[in-house]
Amino acid sequence: MSLKPREVMLDPLFNNNPIALQVLGICSALAVTTKLETAVVMSIAVVVVLALSNLSVSVIRDYIPPSIRIIVQLTIIASLVIVTDQVLKAYLFETSKQLSVFVGLIITNCIVMGRAEAFAMQNGPKLSILDGLGNGLGYGVVLLVVGFFRELLGSGKLFGMSVLPLQSEGGWYNPNGLMVLSPGAFFLIGFFIWALRTWKPEQVTAD
Amino acid sequence: MGRSAKYIVAFAAAVCLVCSILVSGAAVSLKPLQEINKTLDKQKKVLTVAGLMSHGEEILPEEVQRRFTESIEAVVIDLSTGMADEEADVGRFDQKKATGDPETSIVAPKNRAGVGRMPKQAMVYLVKKADAVEMFILPIEGKGLWSTLYGFIALGPDTNRIEGITFYQHGETPGLGGEVDNPSWKAKWPGRLAFGASKAPADWDKPRIRVIKGSAGSVSDAPHSVDGLAGATITSNGVTHLLHLWLGENGFGPYLKKQRPRGDGAAARTGGDA
Repeated sequence: MSLKPREVMLDPLFNNNPIALQVLGICSALAVTTKLETAVVMSIAVVVVLALSNLSVSVIRDYIPPSIRIIVQLTIIASLVIVTDQVLKAYLFETSKQLSVFVGLIITNCIVMGRAEAFAMQNGPKLSILDGLGNGLGYGVVLLVVGFFRELLGSGKLFGMSVLPLQSEGGWYNPNGLMVLSPGAFFLIGFFIWALRTWKPEQVTAD
Repeated sequence: MGRSAKYIVAFAAAVCLVCSILVSGAAVSLKPLQEINKTLDKQKKVLTVAGLMSHGEEILPEEVQRRFTESIEAVVIDLSTGMADEEADVGRFDQKKATGDPETSIVAPKNRAGVGRMPKQAMVYLVKKADAVEMFILPIEGKGLWSTLYGFIALGPDTNRIEGITFYQHGETPGLGGEVDNPSWKAKWPGRLAFGASKAPADWDKPRIRVIKGSAGSVSDAPHSVDGLAGATITSNGVTHLLHLWLGENGFGPYLKKQRPRGDGAAARTGGDA
């Protein structure tokens, strides 16, 4: 199996996007995307955790006894997530308050586990870091797109700055309440998948 | 490849050891920063409800500290007697912790605010100017629709006029109940009265402020009513219930009574107990 580093890194962005194609990590994608700011911080957190967990698993992959490999992966991921959470609490207190439990829940994000098991266990450290970065960014792209539309249409703002002046504050825009609720994110992710599969028809599941 | 049981146990132990060092190292080394953040966060909330800092204002930590120490004094009080506890360590007092500990809390009397336990002691912030109390800032909490709302209410020196309200933590529906932290809704509060309208504090035992359905009108037309949050009746009622609990006889009632200006016009010896 010869994998090109470029493909390993860029494939998960659109060709093999973890949310859009593999449909993993939906739960947190609904929860943290009401605002762009939280979506950005969450994306960065996931990229960091994924890259580091892939790296660590890959480095010790030849030593991990197969019978306990899942729990070893989980231990590594959980430790990385806790450290990330602590760092956020220390340096980005406001945002970490808004992300609340969802940083901790990266542990249960199937993307992280999935990449450790499917990729890092078979490939070298360099490729594994790239795979982690790529998948993290693929997750991040969806989060940013969804966050962009939810904040814009749901509260008329981007990064907390007023873009569409709200009726309640004397403007003309009547915010779409659906966008700030979780179902709004489902619709947006649906549209994202639709757009992506129209662009790349080979991703359409045969029925 | 087969591995011996010994190898597996040793490997697991090694992984755990490395991970635990990583986690505890991060937790210990970042703790001071996190503590500072927490204190700052609380001080900012108090400053905001006291009107000493505008909403969303970006100010340096030193400035927060300066404004806080300059004009705010924290007092730990006994809820049942309303007396200040001078021995309490104000810097260390943690009301949330006190509420959770059976030693320092009581089962809350039956209430509609969904509060299960109340602390025996609570932290009150006094905003002072030249030794006279300008505002009492009281912590409040209670259930909304989905979540517990945590906030502060600021009362004027007569303990009746509401100077401000803020909710700093809640999980209500964004855009509906979540509007409890909307500055334009909070702006409807100042000037309204928590207790009776008359000058005689005799009928001030029961809180009368309510969040009503629909629009309440101006402060002079409806001193005891505040506009409801559109589409969030349960959150609105929650705010009413929690105010009635915390401002009532089981909450800060006894304390507020002691702080009230005497009927004979004597200057309020507010904070005198502190």
